[in-house]
Parts: sequence; structure tokens; C-alpha cells
Amino acid sequence: MEATYLAAINHALHEEMRRDENVFVMGEDVAELGGAFKATDGLLAAFGPDRVIDTPISEALIVGAGVGAAILGMRPVVEMQFGDFISCAFDQIVNTAATLRYRHGGRAACPLVIRAPSGAGVHGALFHSQNPEAWFTRVPGLKVVAPATAYDAKGLLKSAIRDGNPVVYFEHKRLYRSVKEDLPDGEFTVPIGVAQLRQAGRDLSLITYGGALHQSLDAASIVAREDGLSIEVLDLRTLLPLDREAILATARKTGKVLIVHEDRLTGGVGGEVAAIIAEHAFDSLDGPIRRVAALDTHTAFSPPLEEFILPNANKIVAAIRGLAAY
Amino acid sequence: MAHAETAAASAETGQRVEYELQLYYWMKLIRAFEERVSRLHRQNKILGGVYSGAGQEAVVTGVCAPLRPGDFVAPLHRDLGVFLVRGVDPGRLMAQLMGKEAGLSRGKDSFLHGGDLEHGVFGSTSMLGSSLPVAAGAALKFQIKKEPQVAVAFFGEGASSRGDVHEAMNFAGVRKLPVVFVCENNRYAYSTPLEKQMAIENVADRAPAYGFKGHVVSGNDLLAVVQLAEKVVRRVRAGGGPELIECKTYRYRGHSEHDAALYRDKEELLEWQSRDPIPRYEFYLEKKGHDVKRIREEIDERTRTVVQQAVEFAEQSPLPAAGEALEDLYAPAPMSPAGDGRA
Repeated sequence: MEATYLAAINHALHEEMRRDENVFVMGEDVAELGGAFKATDGLLAAFGPDRVIDTPISEALIVGAGVGAAILGMRPVVEMQFGDFISCAFDQIVNTAATLRYRHGGRAACPLVIRAPSGAGVHGALFHSQNPEAWFTRVPGLKVVAPATAYDAKGLLKSAIRDGNPVVYFEHKRLYRSVKEDLPDGEFTVPIGVAQLRQAGRDLSLITYGGALHQSLDAASIVAREDGLSIEVLDLRTLLPLDREAILATARKTGKVLIVHEDRLTGGVGGEVAAIIAEHAFDSLDGPIRRVAALDTHTAFSPPLEEFILPNANKIVAAIRGLAAY
Repeated sequence: MAHAETAAASAETGQRVEYELQLYYWMKLIRAFEERVSRLHRQNKILGGVYSGAGQEAVVTGVCAPLRPGDFVAPLHRDLGVFLVRGVDPGRLMAQLMGKEAGLSRGKDSFLHGGDLEHGVFGSTSMLGSSLPVAAGAALKFQIKKEPQVAVAFFGEGASSRGDVHEAMNFAGVRKLPVVFVCENNRYAYSTPLEKQMAIENVADRAPAYGFKGHVVSGNDLLAVVQLAEKVVRRVRAGGGPELIECKTYRYRGHSEHDAALYRDKEELLEWQSRDPIPRYEFYLEKKGHDVKRIREEIDERTRTVVQQAVEFAEQSPLPAAGEALEDLYAPAPMSPAGDGRA
């Protein structure tokens, strides 16, 4: 059945709530309204107000209460209405949730999913465009995922709900309705921590995730057509823990790596990916590791500003050509 | 019939007497345990931050007394007494403070950050007030599953200035969650006195604004605390929604053992020490006809033994191996539906 990225998320929630009565959903406007983006649409009617809970505007409470329920055996899926608002819950995520098992000597678990609609390119301006994943990818005790396809959106959400740890699940707003595919009718999950090769190639590797995957694939087909270049595209899917083997395998195979993400350049996930390659696959490289990412500024509103700041297929094409020339 | 009723009443009274003596034991055990902790800290046998609850024993004793197994308690950073009253093994607790393998966190975190969920005690972080949303979440679980349990969240008047406290109380009020908020108002947030923290008299006065009852009680009067807590816990357990208990009290020592608390007036400390919860409760027991001198001697002997055994257990317990720093970060995934961390 064909499903959009958004429907895939919705279906995963329905299926997991049917499968396990300890799964419940909580957040701002998730019940009556079905979520600001309709990701939780229909859940209230199907599962009732005890398991689909509207909260006040209280992000720290939403995550903290999720922790309290999770350590007693529930499986809360809490929503940050916009990923940007996750900063209001930062302490509860990085201190309360991420250290919980560690500070209880392994005798506690926090099976909590924090869904965060993130990403730019929708005229969201400074506070509805952020890609906050890198705030969390250096926090031990957390897992961080960022699906780019409808299949992964569904499969990774199911895995996150079944996982025994706090998982921050970044879903890209621009993909909600723009990305769709035929999904299997039967049950499937996507493992956390495993990257996916989207296309095999010989000349150069693009390592990417989330919204930037689709621009990367567009760029790869442009240079295949116009330059005859064979591009390998690796979709990280999980940002913590990174799939080091897949990263090193593609770097060793093509010898040229371009990392692409929509998050800002400085301190982004790409820096860590580049460091892994530089440390462990240096002798396979035929050129510098390069990155295409958002410029180091805030995601400005006015169209020419936003376009100037964000990565796109043309910028990726230019970077590929520069790197291919080595 | 009349005879049977009298017998039942007398059995009940007998239980009550035993219970009241148990409360005394707990206060004395907490005091003795914490005095030993302070000494061990001076001897460098306990490293890192040590936050004494001396002077505040009646609060944790009185509030935890009416709780049952399965209830959830989030203590604040100086509520070592909560661990003891909830039945956490004193040896493991002492090992926790010494950073030993046998400690609650297996050496991962210091002092009271290692909880013991088997006894319903949550290990809170240092971000004061952040455990109130967690307690609200525990209460939410009890509500969703229709379980007759309560959650209790302790916090200081210092933490009451934080947004997490507001968010938790507001949500608890909206959903009528089975949670008891317990403010230990000891007048100082580290060095900052009450009048620089809040413009009103009582933290409890905020409760009606969240749609529930707030109570003020002397935190140095064990009998008053326990009588109030019994009523509140019964109502909250029965589904009456959250309530807030504010206990007016005072900490005898500094914020931590590193703090000489020179910002306080000596007279003020002496005045509060004259209202010490232990002699005050002894006075009550005496009035009820107990031989307090004998009971005190007996209980002092018992607490000495418990504390000594805890210290010996902790000292003999090994330190963790260095490589264990990388353990206990992640639960196996996927995890069993029980949420117990086992695969």
C-alpha cells in the first residue's frame, strides 16, 4: 500500500499501540487535533483519552513525565510539537533520561521515544526550521535516529518504541507529504544503528541522512547524466550510534567522501563522520573529506536568505565536481 | 460483643504504639547514619558532595511512613532518610556513598543520585526540581493502569523557583494525578535566604492556583507531619488528586559538607536546634507513658549496630574495575515488555 512519510509514522503508532497496551502517546495537541501535522490522527478515537494525552505547553514536563512512566514499564511516545521546542526539554533528555540507567547501576531502564518534527525548507524561519540533532548525538545513553523514507520512518519508529532506551526520533517536516512509497502490508522494523546504501557507485561517496538524502540523490543523478560520474549514496538513518562499518566501507571503496546534511556545518554530525574516516580510512582517501551543510547562521525567513543558507542539489553537484577533480 | 470490640481496639492501639516507636527508630537511624557519613567525609572515606539532612529527619520519616510497597518516591538531594525508611539496604547505601561496586549505582554516580527502584526510590539528578515531572509521570502510569499507588516528590523551597516544578504541578492539577508534592522549606537555597527566593510566605499558597490543596506543617514535629501525611496520602491514593505539603524546617549543616554556612546567624541555628524533632518526639512518647530513657538506649544500640555494619560492609566492598565506566549505558534492545531492562 502506498504511504506518505507522515502516514507511515501514523501507521507505526497505530500498530504499536495495538500490539502493546503499555504504549501511549503524549504531547501538545496530539489527541483532539491529532497533532499539528496530523501524525497522531485517529489515535484518540482508536485508543481513548488514557493512552492519547493532550498536555499543556510544558516540554520539560512532557519528557520528564515520559521518563517517570517509562521507568515503571510504560512505553511513552512523546511529541515535541516542533523539534525546535526540544531545547525546552533539554535537561530532562540529557540529564534525567540519558543518565537514568547509568546512575541506577544498570538496574533501571527508560524505554522512551521523543518524536521531534524538524528541518527547514518550509519557510519556518528561526524557530520552526531547526535541525537540533547534533545537540543530542554526543550524549551517551541516548539513541538518535533520522529517517528519510516512508519505509524507514515506519520501521525505525517501531524499533524505537520497542527499544529499552530513550530514543530521539527526528522526522523531517518537508518529507511528510513529499515522500511516499509502497510499503509492505506485513509487519517490518528497521534496526537502529544500521545505515542503508541507497545507491552503489564507484567514483565518490555521499554520506547523508534525513531531508538531505533526497537532494543528494538528485545531485547524484545530475552528475551521472552530465558528467558520467558513478556516485555511491549512504543514508546514515541512525545518528547515535553511527554505523562506523558502513561509513568506513564506502570511504574505502570510492576514496572520496562528501558529507551532506541540512544541519549547520560547525559541530554537525558530519564533523564526527569525517573524523572517523580520517582516523581509520586515511590511507584509502584520494582527496579531502568535504562537507555540504547549512551555513553557520540561523535559518533566516525571507526566501533569498533561506535559499542561500540551506544545502540543495545544485550546491551538492558543485561540491561533487570539485571533489571529483582530485 | 463489647468485649470483642475492646479487644480489636486494643490490638489496633498496640499496632499504633509499635508504629510510633518505629517512627522514632527511623529518625534516630537517619540521624546516626548521617552523623557517621559526615565523619567519614572528614576522614576522606566518602568523597565528593555530601548533603546532610540533619534537622529534617521528621519530614522524610513522617511522609514516607504511610507509603506502601509499589509507591514511587523521588527524594531530594539531602533525603538520605527516604532510602532508609523505604527499606533500602543500609550497607548498599553506604557503599553507594563510598563509590563502591556494591553501591546502588555501582560507582557510577555519587551520593543519592543512585536510586533503588526495587524499593520505589528514584535517583534524582542535581538539577533541582527536575524530579517533579518524573514523579508526575509515575503518577500518570498509576492513573492509566488504575493502580492504587501514589507518587511522592520531595523538593526544597529552592527548587520551587524552577519551571519544572510549575510544569509538574500544573499538569498534576489538570489530570488530578495521584502525586503528593512535599516541599522541605529549610529557608536557604545554598546561601540564598527565603526573602530573596520568593515574595510570598508559603510555597503551599501556590497549590490552590494549580487547583489542589496546599498544607503548611511544622517539619520538626514528627507527629504533625505523620498525621497530615497519613490523611493526604489516603486522599491522594483514593483518587482525590494531588496535594502539596510544605514542611517548615531547617538544615543544621551547610548546603554541603564543604559549606561552613557563615551566611547564617548563629542565633538562628541555635533557635532551630532548640526545636529539634528528636527530643520533641521523645517528649510526646514520654507523655504517652513510655520509658523514653530505656527506649532511647535500646534504639541507640540498634542504630549503632546498623550503621557500623553498613560501614564495614561498604569498606569491604571492592571499588569498581575501571572498564565498568562503559557499562550500564544502554539497556538491551529490544527489551522485555515489563520494562525491567532484561532482554
